Amino acid sequence: MTTSASAELLRLDSIRKSYRKTEGDEHLVLDGVALAVGEGEIVALLGRSGSGKSTLLRIISGLVAPGGGTVSYGGKPVTGPVEGVAMVFQTFALMPWLTVLENVELGLLARRVPAAERRRRALEAIDLIGLDGFESAFPKELSGGMRQRVGFARALVVEPDLLLMDEPFSALDVLTAETLRTDLIELWIERRIPTRGIILVSHNIEESVLLADRIVILGSSPGRIVAEVPVHLPHPRDREAPAFRKLVDDVYALMTERPRGVTRPEGVPLGHRLPDASVSRLTGLIDALAREPYRGRADLPEIADDQGLSVDHLFPLLEALEILGFARVEAGDVELTPSGKSFAEADILRQKEIFAEHLVRRVSLAAHIRRVLDERPGNRAPEERFLRELEDYLSEDEAQRVLRVVIEWGRNAEIFAYDESAGVLSLENPVEGEE
Amino acid sequence: MQPLTTDDNFRGKLTTPNAWDLAAFFLVMGIIALLAWGSREMALPYVPGKTVPSLSPDPWHLPYYALRTVIRMGAALCLSLAFTLTYATLAAKNRRLGPILVPALDILQSVPILGFLSVTVTGFISLFPGSLLGVEAASIFVIFTSQAWNMAFSFYQSLKTVPRDLGEAATIFGLSPWKRFWRVEAPFGVPPLIWNIMMSVSGGWFFVVASEAITVGKTSVTLPGVGSYMALAIHRQDLGAIGWALATMALVIFLYDQLFFRPLVAWAEKFRVELTESGAPPESWLLTIFTRTRLMGRLLHLVGTLPAQLAERFTRPRRIRRRSRRPIRPEIQRTIDLAWNAIFALAALYGLWKLATFVSVIPLHEVLSVFGLGLATLARVTVLLALASLLWVPVGVRIGLNPRWATRVQPVAQFLAAFPANLFFPVVVVLIVHFRLNPEIWTAPLMILGTQWYILFNVIAGASAIPNDLREAATNLGLSGWELWRRLLLPGIFPSLVTGLVTASGGTWNASIVAEMVSWGPTTLTATGLGSAIARWTEQGDYPHIILGIAVMSIFVVCLNRLFWRRLYLLAQTRYRLD
Repeated sequence: MTTSASAELLRLDSIRKSYRKTEGDEHLVLDGVALAVGEGEIVALLGRSGSGKSTLLRIISGLVAPGGGTVSYGGKPVTGPVEGVAMVFQTFALMPWLTVLENVELGLLARRVPAAERRRRALEAIDLIGLDGFESAFPKELSGGMRQRVGFARALVVEPDLLLMDEPFSALDVLTAETLRTDLIELWIERRIPTRGIILVSHNIEESVLLADRIVILGSSPGRIVAEVPVHLPHPRDREAPAFRKLVDDVYALMTERPRGVTRPEGVPLGHRLPDASVSRLTGLIDALAREPYRGRADLPEIADDQGLSVDHLFPLLEALEILGFARVEAGDVELTPSGKSFAEADILRQKEIFAEHLVRRVSLAAHIRRVLDERPGNRAPEERFLRELEDYLSEDEAQRVLRVVIEWGRNAEIFAYDESAGVLSLENPVEGEE
Repeated sequence: MQPLTTDDNFRGKLTTPNAWDLAAFFLVMGIIALLAWGSREMALPYVPGKTVPSLSPDPWHLPYYALRTVIRMGAALCLSLAFTLTYATLAAKNRRLGPILVPALDILQSVPILGFLSVTVTGFISLFPGSLLGVEAASIFVIFTSQAWNMAFSFYQSLKTVPRDLGEAATIFGLSPWKRFWRVEAPFGVPPLIWNIMMSVSGGWFFVVASEAITVGKTSVTLPGVGSYMALAIHRQDLGAIGWALATMALVIFLYDQLFFRPLVAWAEKFRVELTESGAPPESWLLTIFTRTRLMGRLLHLVGTLPAQLAERFTRPRRIRRRSRRPIRPEIQRTIDLAWNAIFALAALYGLWKLATFVSVIPLHEVLSVFGLGLATLARVTVLLALASLLWVPVGVRIGLNPRWATRVQPVAQFLAAFPANLFFPVVVVLIVHFRLNPEIWTAPLMILGTQWYILFNVIAGASAIPNDLREAATNLGLSGWELWRRLLLPGIFPSLVTGLVTASGGTWNASIVAEMVSWGPTTLTATGLGSAIARWTEQGDYPHIILGIAVMSIFVVCLNRLFWRRLYLLAQTRYRLD
């Protein structure tokens, strides 16, 4: 196999995808994505949640039609599920009522394969992936790792040219995931599978560096390609090797880089997509950053590893810290601001005060809610009122998510109260926060 | 780990029958022969107006009568299943029919079951002139109506909630719609459907019994069966015969449970989507026998995979179809939609007009008085549900918190829920007549005689599902007495209690038609209410009034469901969910 991309397997041109919002308004998920995957290449699509990476994979597979642009596979346009493309799912997607063998045969069922040959090929695939002896077991008898092996066997049995993987290792524990990754890369290197290209969707930076020949980094809202990083390390790759660590650092830096022209947020406008970050996690991260060995400044891969946080969890926290003015992220490092440091040193009551102060000052939505409640007779307002305002900027789902986040922050800071069953925001028992 | 090897039986090994095969063979063939013999009798000649064939009060005939009852139930079940698979699939998949089919199901669910009998029996008789088959059909239809709507609704819900990843996998691997249905969607719906069938059949016994002996105007029909035997016994005031009928019914339900449902539920376990093994799986001795047999096991496997096999034989294997993305022009699409909606609107208007002309012979004040009767029945139903809850919630919670008791009492409660309560009516009526009690009050308990058990066994299930750590925490905090009930036990069982009450409420409305007017020999006791009114009009063959009565009862039930039960249900699903 040549590691250099010789022939082209797949080409995406200016892919756009949006979901219809209310009354013709559209929420853009992907914009202007162009990508080519060559023969013999493993490409990792890396991005935070909300970067549209899973949507992009579904467009490539033909499950979802793009809103604009073209997908061509082997020179022909893709308009639906394509023979020669198989997919491995994050949730395994095994039929619980079929045995391992029947699940694997499922991939051949729709093709012109006679029953006897179907059986033979399925058994071969089961052999290959190391599931020998489990042919007649049902998925619920297997461990997570074994189930994902069935998922791999089912995809490989159709001898796909292009293998798509949607975060296939993220539902597994660390050890199991590592074994499965190693097994897969061995099959690939030794060319025991006829697959000619692999696209892997991941939110795990180390995993991408470990497996891929090229890492494509997607930025958020709307999702677009912000950087491509080639990986020239030979397999098997050593996680501790300096070159490996350097690449991981680089990718972290690229993923936290702001597009040029965007200044550091000094407070965010009403319709800003607040990141999913719970107050207890934020507090935990600030505390960790303030302690030894970081003392206010940390390398991103290090702190992520230390806190057991994946990119999907770490980045929203970082973004929230920046919005609230508790930390700054630069060149793959995170550094606490003076207010971040005093937050870490304060006791619980004082922490609430600091948090409330920063929240009202820097998050317009929180300040707005507080103001409306102050002005309203009875100091109460239904959440729909704010939801409707947010929907001027965001999709319905996104508006709901953002409101959920700000309510969590606001309740914790005690600048307002919330009755979930009634869906009403009020100033009922906020102890602090009087201006 | 040694994997289970059900599949190894079929891989080219010589399958010589073993002793289990012999036992299973006789069991199966015996049942088939019995059914054939019983159903041959179903098409006897019959002329309307006469009560042929006459029933014998001799208890020795009871096994045969029971067989006839069972066949009716079986036939209705097959019809319901066929209906479920087609109706629910259309409702879930057809963009144009779906919006009308789903609410239609909701309305059908609230029409009193016995109302269907009153309305359709003469039609069915004229459909098969000179044969008893028409009456059989009417009876089977009634049982069908007591099962089909629930089952279709359950299956529709399943089709709508097939996990996204399973659907995507099916698409990626290019399964045709037919294969997709049998390999992915239908299996996913099996466990809830089986549970629903079990509940429906247990409700269905009530209606078999009620539909075997019925009088509509000049038409008085008696079908051989346990229900009609009971009617005869009531007529002759023969307490011994009543005892025999009760015993026979008990035996029939027991056998149905052991030979039919237990194997079915145990088998359905494999279709559960949760990928973790939970608790003790349901077991069935019969299924164990069958899986131990070689030949029968093979046969069973064949039957089980038949749909998939057929699918492969008769659908040409082909390359993955490239979905044509040539959407119909939006304006044409909109015109077609408009046309459809217009057709639905016209049909609805026609229905309204038909109803109005049919009922218009009844003066308005009488229509209003029918609503008054509805209020009377509503009052009874409400009071009864409250009383039954007061009685069974404490009992059910006590039982549910004790696992040993729960496993023993639960099957008994389910059995009692299945037992047709109308068979017990004569016993109660004898007491009312003997003590000269007021029928307005004392016939009321009959309505809930059969349906109270739904409350009991749901409460038991709810109480035994309260997590142990919550109970330990409550004990640790020293909660006891009323505080314990208020803070833990009542909120803990709330979702189950609501489920039980919804089922019981529906059943009680249905039962009102037979329970508000009961007889013992020449004596007839009547309580004022919508149920007794419908029963009386049915006897008189007064169709406009029957339709009016049914419509009013449906309105009551629909309003109750929408305004009350659904809200409670939502509350149970959000605030009181334990997981």
